[in-house]
Amino acid sequence: MKMFLHLEARGEPSRLWIWAAPLMAVFLTLAVGSALFAALGKDPLQALNGFFIMPVSTLYGATELLVKAAPLALIAVGLAVGFRGGVWNIGAEGQLTLGAITGGGLALALGAVDSPLVLPAVLLAGVLGGMAWAAIPALLRTRFHANEILTSLMLTYVAQLLLGWLVHGPWRDPHGFNFPETAPFSPHAILPVLLEGTRLHLGIPLAGVVILAVWALLARGFIGFQIKVMGLAPRAGAYAGFRQNRLVWFSLLLSGGLAGLAGFSEAAGPIGQLQPALSPGYGFTAIIVAFLGRLHPVGIVLAALFMALTYLGGETVQLFMGLPLAVTGVFQGLILFFLLACDVLILYRVRVGRRPAPGVS
Amino acid sequence: MEPTLASSLAEAGAAATALIGAMARAATPLALAATGELVTEKAGVLNLGVEGMMLMGAVSAFAVTVATGSPVLGLGAAIGAGMLMGLVFAGLTLSLRTNQVATGLALTLFGVGLSAFVGRDFVGTPLTALPGLSIPGLSDLPVLGPLLFGHDPLVYLSVALIALVSWFLGRTRGGLIVRAVGENHDAAHSLGHDVLLVRYGAVLFGGALCGLAGAYLSLVYTPMWVENMTAGRGWIALALVVFATWKPWRVLLGAWLFGGVTILQLHAQGLGVQIPSQFLSMLPYLATILVLVLISRDAMRVRLSAPACLGKAFHPEH
Repeated sequence: MKMFLHLEARGEPSRLWIWAAPLMAVFLTLAVGSALFAALGKDPLQALNGFFIMPVSTLYGATELLVKAAPLALIAVGLAVGFRGGVWNIGAEGQLTLGAITGGGLALALGAVDSPLVLPAVLLAGVLGGMAWAAIPALLRTRFHANEILTSLMLTYVAQLLLGWLVHGPWRDPHGFNFPETAPFSPHAILPVLLEGTRLHLGIPLAGVVILAVWALLARGFIGFQIKVMGLAPRAGAYAGFRQNRLVWFSLLLSGGLAGLAGFSEAAGPIGQLQPALSPGYGFTAIIVAFLGRLHPVGIVLAALFMALTYLGGETVQLFMGLPLAVTGVFQGLILFFLLACDVLILYRVRVGRRPAPGVS
Repeated sequence: MEPTLASSLAEAGAAATALIGAMARAATPLALAATGELVTEKAGVLNLGVEGMMLMGAVSAFAVTVATGSPVLGLGAAIGAGMLMGLVFAGLTLSLRTNQVATGLALTLFGVGLSAFVGRDFVGTPLTALPGLSIPGLSDLPVLGPLLFGHDPLVYLSVALIALVSWFLGRTRGGLIVRAVGENHDAAHSLGHDVLLVRYGAVLFGGALCGLAGAYLSLVYTPMWVENMTAGRGWIALALVVFATWKPWRVLLGAWLFGGVTILQLHAQGLGVQIPSQFLSMLPYLATILVLVLISRDAMRVRLSAPACLGKAFHPEH
């Protein structure tokens, strides 16, 4: 009588539910979201329309979706590589910040240097900054066995404080009316806008290309296979001679580099300078995107678009319906819970009734 | 001569009292949260949602205290909120057997979002801090009085809870069962112990203490509500459990050490040290990394002191 609902192991993972679970999670989030809107005294249908349809019903809105989805997908693809292999980098927000600092620092140092090489150089500096920040947890894990979850997260706070010091102190724009921000980057260090009247910038197709490259690496490269094996069966991997430490380094440097690129692209794209609030938590939301996208590049791009919509939707319902912006955070948290719960159906069937006596099944 | 000596002694005493008091206030939320997480981990469950549970505790305590005027009800609400969050985590990881790391991260992300949502109307609302304890006679003693008996009740509660947990885990049958479940859940199951029930209990206890830790922040430490006001303390508490090698009294030691680091940060500025405030604010995070590295470099020691089934799902049918 104790187990009225019980789980019965499937023989093998359900391929249907691997992809149906995220859809069901989205659906359940919408259902709970409607209830939440109703509780706040708003018409749920109107609110859902405001949250999920209105923001993307204009060309500008659709491009804004891409502006927000690009960093999410870029970071999530990197994180997914580590998550597959059991390396938990949750400090992407810090690596994003460091990437913005190094790329932005170089952009400020180069000043008005006029060369087509400026943009590649500052982008590379952003990637290297993110990598360097991720190298610290990699070193601490491989040399001292320190848990990368905790170290990468602690470093996020350190990176944000570092950025705060730079924009309040040495890098503050002398002509900036005392605002905590740097001088605007020179036009040569800016990711150019591709579509007049929008913020659709070069960083977005660049993110697409990078994601494709990572996908090719994972699907075709030997390193992708090693990561998969180490995640599924670390002992088998060890027997095969795959070295755990190399995978820790690889996945942290890759995810750190991509987060750094995303960070500098934010600074050099929609923002155009360094300021304390560079990212609305992209590095953390990307964790949700990675899981929602099944740690697979195609899924991640779709999930990034959806999560980008929750940012836009939150802003829209705040503006037009007076709903709190914090709804976005609630939605983002809910969806991951529902996803984890729905994922149970991949490995198990849910049976109603008493558990069969031992030995019967 | 005499009066100046006496007055400088009194001055030094007052300074020491203020220092110890500030240290206690910085240490108590860490001690509470880390003690809760320690019990959860002793039962073999790794809950990375400490930060989320603390935030929900902080916002619930603040909202209820503002609404009712009663900090006791506020503390109760925080405990309830922490336990509810724990229940969500336990339901997912224990009954639905989801990955504990992913679920813990989800709990933190959800707690950040939901607490910001719940607390949106309370940003900027003032609140008077919980008063310090006042024991007639004892608290009025010169120097020793305020040093030992002048803190707020939760400081003493955190010490008492650590003593209780230490006694429970080390000296009672119930504690033995919790440890057995954490060390080898299959063996505990074979002996007839209800592994899931014990783990549900441990997660709920952890949730209650994390909620209380959050309440301490929003009612005592800085009596106000700000989004994300825990500022990583939940993660520092997780690191403290490793630092303490899963021993309750060392959690207290670690929490007070971190309290000291925090104080250093506050007082360095008062003493006119020319270091930008951002660098001083980095100290607790850098100290956490340093401490983790120092303790983890001896991999064998951590492996031997960590509960053997930590983070592993229990499948009763096997």
